[in-house]
Amino acid sequence: MDKPAPVVPFATAPQELGSVRDLAGKVGDQMVRLAEEALGEELDARMARIRTHPNDAGVDPFGFDPSTARYALSLAAFLHRFYFRSEVFGTENLPEGRVLVIANHSGQIPIDGLLIGTALMLDANPPRFPRSMVERWSAELPFVSVLFPRCGQVVGSPDNARRLLENDEALVVFPEGSRGISKTYDRAYQLEPFGLGFMRLALETGTPIVPVAVVGGEEQLVSVANVKSLAKVLGMPAFPIIPQIFLGMPFPLPTRYRIHFGEPLRFDGDPDDDDAVIAAKVSEVQQTIQGMLERGLGERRAIFW
Amino acid sequence: MGSSTKRPSARARKTPSNGATATSAEAGEAKAKRASARRAPAAKARAVQVSSPPKPRARRPAASRDAHAEARDGAVLVTGICGRLGQLLARRLHRHDRVIGIDRRPFHGRPKDVVHHQVDLRRKKTRDIFRAGGIRAVVHLGIMHDPRASAKEHHSWNVVAFQKLLDALIQFGVPKLVVLSSANVYGPSPDNPQFLTEEAPLLGAQHFSAIRDLVEVDMLAQSFFWRHPDTETVVLRPCHILGGVKNAPSNYLRLERPMTVMGFDPMVQVIHERDVVEAIQLALAPGVRGIFNLRGPGEVPMSRVMKILGKRTQPVPGPVATAVLDRLWRYRMTSFPTPELDHIRYVCMVDDTRAREVLGFRPRFGLEETVRAVEHER
Repeated sequence: MDKPAPVVPFATAPQELGSVRDLAGKVGDQMVRLAEEALGEELDARMARIRTHPNDAGVDPFGFDPSTARYALSLAAFLHRFYFRSEVFGTENLPEGRVLVIANHSGQIPIDGLLIGTALMLDANPPRFPRSMVERWSAELPFVSVLFPRCGQVVGSPDNARRLLENDEALVVFPEGSRGISKTYDRAYQLEPFGLGFMRLALETGTPIVPVAVVGGEEQLVSVANVKSLAKVLGMPAFPIIPQIFLGMPFPLPTRYRIHFGEPLRFDGDPDDDDAVIAAKVSEVQQTIQGMLERGLGERRAIFW
Repeated sequence: MGSSTKRPSARARKTPSNGATATSAEAGEAKAKRASARRAPAAKARAVQVSSPPKPRARRPAASRDAHAEARDGAVLVTGICGRLGQLLARRLHRHDRVIGIDRRPFHGRPKDVVHHQVDLRRKKTRDIFRAGGIRAVVHLGIMHDPRASAKEHHSWNVVAFQKLLDALIQFGVPKLVVLSSANVYGPSPDNPQFLTEEAPLLGAQHFSAIRDLVEVDMLAQSFFWRHPDTETVVLRPCHILGGVKNAPSNYLRLERPMTVMGFDPMVQVIHERDVVEAIQLALAPGVRGIFNLRGPGEVPMSRVMKILGKRTQPVPGPVATAVLDRLWRYRMTSFPTPELDHIRYVCMVDDTRAREVLGFRPRFGLEETVRAVEHER
């Protein structure tokens, strides 16, 4: 468990699309090299330091493949360093072994998850590979259903989360869920009520919780309204009205992200306790994050730099 | 011992292949034809149909049974013994145990000390075999999965026959029952957790109604487990069995250019046929009961399996694949019904912790060997 066991890469398969795959691989390698040179990061060296948990066949049972994930990481590194120019604080708070990273969710599209993950890989020492829970429908989408698992993302289910934590992984969870990410700008940086599932999981597996406050996400895509009826008709989690799209900017603005990692919180108790008891513990986490958010906002002098 | 019954049955009807595991249609039909062709000349010559082994018939049901003596030297009755797994099991067991086989197919290459009864499980003859006594365990492999067979025959073969078998077990107080079910009873689905435990609901038939009766067999075995604690019931649910078996996953991997669904590469679990046989043998040990998922050397992306076999796959976009397979199936040009596409799209993998801890099962074959096993001729 101490030494990172090698995971057999399976990005290269003799397929009909072999030439396309080769091309993609070459482009990917170029991208990684470019990212390493331009950003002065040692992506591959960091990738090599993460712990993996291969099965008897030398493969991560969830389908994680570092040789594919490094391409995604190089892309994320550009966003992290160049575009959003994230500032990361308090990575020394990350404990060894299993950890639940609990953060506020914001910004209409989950850039915050990507940047927290990149911070875990590029700024934390030792680097931790972020595993997070993705929506179930992602398993039904072609290509996405392959890309997500290869990049270490797992279909959301309590059982999967438990298994990952038992493997001492770092699990990134947004307990606000889609309510958090689709909030309108008038409620920016005000946390939606947290779900209770993560606390039960933490109690059950004895996992420390690292609260994370992400400042800067709310301004990337400012939403003025959420048309719930339309969202329902279209079967989407939310239907935000984003003015900047009408101004010809259908992409997130390059706000500067500030990611604050707080001190780990540890909880004891019965994971099957009443909701009220669990909710009290959850609200402790929520208040910690809310406090960190307000402090972060107070320290922030400008949104874009 | 015992006058054997290698001689074929009078009812040389076309048997849908009642293989031990999922048997695909083409293979089944071809086999049935071959079998009946072989059978034809001998059919006249038959004199004795089935003879029960000359065992003292003293044993009365249940009450007077000496469980311990039987556990040691009773015979193991294997249904569907002529299937690939049945044959492998018979060859392995017969060195230490008395093996009795029931199957409506003839047992070619039968070891001399294996007694084979060529009867249909649903016939009264089955009961006579039990009545002769001396059976310490029943291994039920005689499950048919032939998507081309009529729903009625399918149901009757799988469910009615199994119910009759269970009745016989109760009446004659057999202390052990091993049923080979399959991880397919859970069914592949995008909602599945990465690993399904034995407690997961059996949703296999929700998108693939042709396997309803296989789920029902599993359920019957479960209720038998609870209602008859005197019999140690074991239900095995292995992941995809690979080898000389004629089941859907093995047949799929034997295709020249297997079709895949574009943009999907699910993690799959495979297990070598001999590992399954080993698990059955472990399940026969006295004291073992319960449901056990069986997992092979580890889960891998399906593309890795193809890579090991050096197969060039044919990726087809999902909706096209569905439409094409629908047509091919209707015109009998493929042996894969459309719902089986889910198996090459979504996960259906099992957690085998219980099999490791309680059964002490460890797969002996590595990934490479397991996957390559499909290439061997039977």
